[in-house]
Amino acid sequence: MKIKLKPLSLVAGAALLTLFPQQAFAMHIMEGFLPPVWAGAWWLIYVPFLILGLFQLKKISATGTDKKILLALCAAFVFVLSSLKMPSVTGSCSHPTGVGLGVVMFGPWVMAVLGGIVLLFQALFLAHGGLTTLGANGMSMAVGGPVVGYAIWRIANRLKIRKDVGVFLCAFTADIATYFITSIQLAGAFPDPQFGFMASAAKFMGIFCLTQIPIAIAEGLLTVIVYNIVVDRKIAPAEGFVR
Amino acid sequence: MKKNLILLAIVIVMCLIPFFMPTNKGAEFGGSDDQAEGAISQTHPDYKPWFSSFFEPASGEIESLLFTLQGSLGTGVICYILGYYRGRRLKDNARD
Repeated sequence: MKIKLKPLSLVAGAALLTLFPQQAFAMHIMEGFLPPVWAGAWWLIYVPFLILGLFQLKKISATGTDKKILLALCAAFVFVLSSLKMPSVTGSCSHPTGVGLGVVMFGPWVMAVLGGIVLLFQALFLAHGGLTTLGANGMSMAVGGPVVGYAIWRIANRLKIRKDVGVFLCAFTADIATYFITSIQLAGAFPDPQFGFMASAAKFMGIFCLTQIPIAIAEGLLTVIVYNIVVDRKIAPAEGFVR
Repeated sequence: MKKNLILLAIVIVMCLIPFFMPTNKGAEFGGSDDQAEGAISQTHPDYKPWFSSFFEPASGEIESLLFTLQGSLGTGVICYILGYYRGRRLKDNARD
């Protein structure tokens, strides 16, 4: 397997890179890339979930130091995973979301806040995602993905599927669902002028979801690793804290 | 523990596969949101982003610094917590 690089293409590539600085990124809708009405609407939908999440956080923190510490661990896990830009089979990069662990331990609602913190950090310091699009990105990564993942986790438990497999499925679907929602959001704001909303949604899904499949698998495996460690050391019960 | 190492090995292999795929010859491995941006400007060429970030990392280097910072902050917290519990367990065992 030898890759021969043509000098000319290298030069062209370098020139392109300097002209268009790469934000080697995926996932979040870029700052200013949702028209104001859409951006505002997603914010309005996101805020109630944020408030709900804050109440949940308060409730959980009040029940013991150990849970508070585990919450910090779940938040840190989101931090780590969303800083990993992973290469995908499509030849582009994207990153995992890391919400699965918190969803398994505490249910979906706290993630609205924990995911929101990471989104805010990246919008402020990394020019990744954005403040205007934080409502939309929050809905996809910190609300939608976690809710879908949680549903899968509960179903897996109901079907008596092994716990670690359940965790994998939860993290995997939360990741894919996040990008699925992102595609829908972009298609809503930018329907194809000729073929309309569906065609546009399909196009964005082609860009995001295909890239995301191997990354979602990797995310699922990484989540299982941390879950195993946390459960083996009896830091948390295998079925999480939400029944 | 062994199970976790196997899972980790699978993750690493999965990250390496894209580089050895013939379809990816000369692939740039840029972000998929850039492609989304491209798709938007194709169908809606007159759309102008109406807001831009207050702060943009001055270069790719600075950006990677900030990403590393984000990752290491998270890793630090996770490892601190795992160590804290390990220490607590050792202490409890010593007392019994």
